[in-house]
Amino acid sequence: MYDFTTCEKLLKLAQKHDTSLSEIVIRYECAISDNSRNKIIDEMKNRAKVMKNAINKSMKDPEISVSGMTGESTKRMKKFFSRKKKNLLLSEVSYKAMMYAIATGETNASMGCIVAFPTAGASGVIPGAFFATQEKLKCSDKKLIEAMFTASGIGLTIAENATLAGSKGGCQAEIGSAVAMAAAGLTEMRGGTPEQCMHAAALGLKNLLGLTCDPVGGMVEVPCVKRGGLAATFAISASDLAMSGVESFIPIDEVIDAMGKIGRLLSPKLRETALGGLAVSKTAMKTTKKLGIKIVNNF
Amino acid sequence: MSNYSVFDIAGPIMTGPSSSHTAGAVKLGQMARALFDSTPDEVQYLLHGSFGTVYKGHATDRALLAGVMKMYTSDARIKDAFNIADEKGIKYKFTVGDLGLGYHPNSVKITLKKGNRKMSMTGSSTGGGNVNISQIDDFNVDFKGIAGKYFTIVISHKNQVGILSYITTFISERGINIANMQSSRVAEGGKALTIANLDTAVGLPDILELEKLPGIHFVRSLTKVT
Ligand code: SF4
Repeated sequence: MYDFTTCEKLLKLAQKHDTSLSEIVIRYECAISDNSRNKIIDEMKNRAKVMKNAINKSMKDPEISVSGMTGESTKRMKKFFSRKKKNLLLSEVSYKAMMYAIATGETNASMGCIVAFPTAGASGVIPGAFFATQEKLKCSDKKLIEAMFTASGIGLTIAENATLAGSKGGCQAEIGSAVAMAAAGLTEMRGGTPEQCMHAAALGLKNLLGLTCDPVGGMVEVPCVKRGGLAATFAISASDLAMSGVESFIPIDEVIDAMGKIGRLLSPKLRETALGGLAVSKTAMKTTKKLGIKIVNNF
Repeated sequence: MSNYSVFDIAGPIMTGPSSSHTAGAVKLGQMARALFDSTPDEVQYLLHGSFGTVYKGHATDRALLAGVMKMYTSDARIKDAFNIADEKGIKYKFTVGDLGLGYHPNSVKITLKKGNRKMSMTGSSTGGGNVNISQIDDFNVDFKGIAGKYFTIVISHKNQVGILSYITTFISERGINIANMQSSRVAEGGKALTIANLDTAVGLPDILELEKLPGIHFVRSLTKVT
């Protein structure tokens, strides 16, 4: 009864039952699992806690990754934010979103615990955007958890109709999807309608279509960590647009479909194999050589 | 009906950095441990393809070792797997090698030893934390990307008429549904290996009972892995 595999269906269900997207996603999960509503909500709370801890880890005790390529940024951003806040061009909430997303990425790169939401590489975007916004709006944890359900609902339709894996669709499938998911969740969190959530998701994903997966040395560090930080600010921008009444001309399901098709058109060299893009830049080659990484070219 | 739970999207909770090279590697280690049915004194890993080239940056080595020591993908101690193994007196060795053509780029052959007992398992991490097992000892198997998603039992038995039907009856009599089953044999009349994926777990007493039957060498169970 609450089953959906497209955003259109998810939206229709919310309209039919005169409720939010998150409420439909919660009812869907209750229907497909044998678990009670409380248990499902507790499980999501648990994930929120892991996400928060992942941010705190790098904020308090930053660590350089094994490769040495990441682990410095959170520290620098925190210092800048505490001393030179007035020099920011971005809003404080966007800057914090960026900082929290990068903190999560650095925790992941240094073998800390994270939630792969939707993947490990893209794990910073959603917590970055959500926790920064929650602090700004001073909204309840309940709202945050609901936003996580809405984001998961959008992600589910992407997994159904396209892909969430960089190896299949490039980074548009990971960080692009994370932005769409975050934008929809944020919009619900700040009181947008279900339609506005869908427009936010569509605007967010369109902005990253075609993004390649080109990690240096095949490791989830460069460009993943900082790309995730910037992407968190896109989610906020997309939500602001949707809240202003701006609509996506192309509906979200069609954007998702286009993303899947672009993924299939992308050369395998730009899909997580570390054979193209930034992964073969001069600096990347020098670094991988130093680290003793040999990339096998199967193409 | 969608194939996904909300928690497939908002998850898994895992120790970084990579779902395929870290979380998947932990799962492969767990499976080898479960198939061996005890903690080994010694374990060797042959790292193939991308596992061989980028294992250090992804801590694939520590993850594989952590799995053999029964840690979960979200365990914070994965990082310290080397120290923990040293404390437990488990010897470990990683070699970069080539398993040959036809293997998934993220593959590993794990050889476990304890006393004079020895077993090997070859498996791969196919993305997003999903894993596949392609060989157990000399047997080619194919868990078809569903390894660790079901309760699985692995039965080594004589390749003789009637054993298979006996196994299926044994399982169904206990009210357990078999999702799918496959059998491979090494030589005519020799040894065979059967794998059954089940919807619910078989209890230990039943496993021991099945193991006592004539013609059966051993039975191992794999639970769903996380
Ligand atoms: S570049 Fe590739 S590995 Fe990094 S976040 Fe994007 S999709 Fe994931």
